[in-house]
Amino acid sequence: MAIPKEQLDSVKERVIQIVSQNGAKEEALLQILHDIQADDNSLSEAELLQVARALDIPLSRVYGVATFYSLYSVQPRGKFIIRICESAPCHIVGARAVISAFEEALGIKMGETTTDGKFTLEATSCLGVCGVAPAVMINDEVYGNLTPDKVVEVLAEYDADEA
Amino acid sequence: MDAVNLTIDGLSVEVPRGSTILDAASKLGIDIPTLCHHPDLAVKAVCRVCVVEVEGQRVLQPACAYPVAEGMQVKTNTARVREARKTVVELMLAHHPQDCLQCERNQNCELQSLAYRLGVREISFPYIERDLPIDELSPAMKRDPNKCINCRRCVSVCHDIQGVGALESVNRGFDTVVTAPFWRSIAEISCVTCGQCVLVCPVGAITERDDTEQVWAALANPQKHVIVQTAPAIRVSIGEELGLPVGTRVTKKLTAALRRLGFDRVFDTDFSADLTIWEEGNELLHRLSTGGTLPMLTSCSPGWIKYIEHYYPELLDHLSTCKSPQQMFGALAKTYYAEKAGLDPADIVMVSIMPCTAKKFEAGRPEMSDSGYADVDVVLTTRELGRMLREAGIDFSGLPEEEYDEPLGISTGAGAIFGASGGVMEAALRTVYELVTGKELENVNFEDVRGLEGIKSATVSLPIPEAAAAGDKATNNGVSELEVKVAVAHSLQHAKTLMEQIRAGKAEYQFIEVMCCPGGCIGGGGQPIPTNTEERTLRIKAIYEEDAGMPLRKSHDNPAVKTLYKEYLGKPLGEKSHQLLHTHYEPREKF
Repeated sequence: MAIPKEQLDSVKERVIQIVSQNGAKEEALLQILHDIQADDNSLSEAELLQVARALDIPLSRVYGVATFYSLYSVQPRGKFIIRICESAPCHIVGARAVISAFEEALGIKMGETTTDGKFTLEATSCLGVCGVAPAVMINDEVYGNLTPDKVVEVLAEYDADEA
Repeated sequence: MDAVNLTIDGLSVEVPRGSTILDAASKLGIDIPTLCHHPDLAVKAVCRVCVVEVEGQRVLQPACAYPVAEGMQVKTNTARVREARKTVVELMLAHHPQDCLQCERNQNCELQSLAYRLGVREISFPYIERDLPIDELSPAMKRDPNKCINCRRCVSVCHDIQGVGALESVNRGFDTVVTAPFWRSIAEISCVTCGQCVLVCPVGAITERDDTEQVWAALANPQKHVIVQTAPAIRVSIGEELGLPVGTRVTKKLTAALRRLGFDRVFDTDFSADLTIWEEGNELLHRLSTGGTLPMLTSCSPGWIKYIEHYYPELLDHLSTCKSPQQMFGALAKTYYAEKAGLDPADIVMVSIMPCTAKKFEAGRPEMSDSGYADVDVVLTTRELGRMLREAGIDFSGLPEEEYDEPLGISTGAGAIFGASGGVMEAALRTVYELVTGKELENVNFEDVRGLEGIKSATVSLPIPEAAAAGDKATNNGVSELEVKVAVAHSLQHAKTLMEQIRAGKAEYQFIEVMCCPGGCIGGGGQPIPTNTEERTLRIKAIYEEDAGMPLRKSHDNPAVKTLYKEYLGKPLGEKSHQLLHTHYEPREKF
């Protein structure tokens, strides 16, 4: 077997609960995946297999959906996902410097996760807050009018939060 | 019929409503190029090779998916259309490995033909190497996703026709590619190795695992006694692989060709197909009379076996315990034949020529070594044998006609029809009828179980002789007749329908034949490319002609099988049979 049984068992109960909350139908797959991802910002192979079994659809289909949409990740990600806007308005007013500041402060490149599993840096298209460009979202929180200095301040807010 | 009139390239045509521009053009003899389109699969319209101009539409439209409308004006050959098609193909080539000369599909590649046909002489885009991992772990197939052009035909056949869904289109944009979940090898997941994906792949992204080198090496080794068995379906398809018309029967040239290659003995899987009927027919009667698990399911098709192991492990008791004809043959080759020929089984190399990629998997199953050796050493598909014959420079058409070697080359028409859906059932009925009734079966043709319908069924009444009926529990309320209800399914989506009936306790049948591939083995994953409904139909016709032309058409009349029981096995379902000819199955996880 490709996945150890303990891994499969450890996620089974939660997956089945989420699937039944959303109605065990293939049409609910997107919401099911969102809910499953809510705990650690990623979808594991064991979780997706349990989803496939609960919905009685091929794992390949679940995996295809999970890799198609950029809000899902089948790679482990940090507790906090920093999504940096790379659309034109943010770009013009200094998004590049903001990216560098995050990369420098966290010691990772875009697309990577810190070794303590706390932060992941991702690019995003427009967040719809061009009035406060350059902007980022950290999980569900929006931060605008960023400068390299402010990046350090923003990150400081997360200091107390253990990974 | 609700008809629609339209004009294509200035020519008027009338087609039924619901037709596509592609259908209408084809009626006019206009051959619009296609790539993702496949006659037996759902329309996907993802490749955009078939684009045409439709008056009133701003952008080009895909002919394969665009429905016709009254008065529609279509242009299929304008500068804009030609340019667009060429660009589409160039974009594919820009990330398709440029190793056509070494590719297995060289000269039988739809992308290659298209590039030639559309006059692509240079690629306007820089080549971007994808560097994706090649999956070579499966004993049956090899996947090179770098060659994948995202046509999704394999996805369609795997999900829709086979109901397996091992492969899927993943990621998006430039990173889109067809692969297995989490980039697992197909050897790790519940892929049944049927190889239908290989048949529909327009390029060389999925191929069989090539085992020809092993056979060349064995043939060159003077210490080895190399014997070969040919599956029923090969005699109606190897000619096609070598350029003869589809459905040409070449049984006697096939034997000659194998001797030219250097095989020491040329035997026939039809022989062990007949033997299978002796065992399986008796197993059915045994189950019927002793209250055994019913319906009994046939066990000849290794893709089907792997499917039920993964998807319906709780129904494994329904499977006949008979090994497939290939494996029965191998087990006997290294015991009975070795003894008879005075050979050390360690020196025998058993090669099978099969229409099937799953047979490669089957031969490697650890339990398939009851002779004390691997019962079958190497399995070659029809395509691989074609490759060897071409390489050896054998002029197939010019070969003399030769017979199979005795005794394991002696067979009946019942063995031959194992190659088509319904054939195992028909062969079994021919024998079971005579076993039960003690009378001669006048008409051996069971037309109800033939053909390409997904699920076929029949009820066969077997009049039971008075004396036997008196004490037989299987008679219906004292009526001296045994009614056997049978069903036949081919392609796994249809097998699934029957399995769900069995699971729900609603299957009324006593005996069910399942073949994994559409049309049965004549449509197997190891057959010549293309294998579409058209080719399948012609090969099926050839298989039944082969049967009709045989002097013996019932497995229990096979004199070599009779001798085998007399000299070696004793009786059907006897101790030796159980040891060599029967097997067990393994529940597998669905993954």
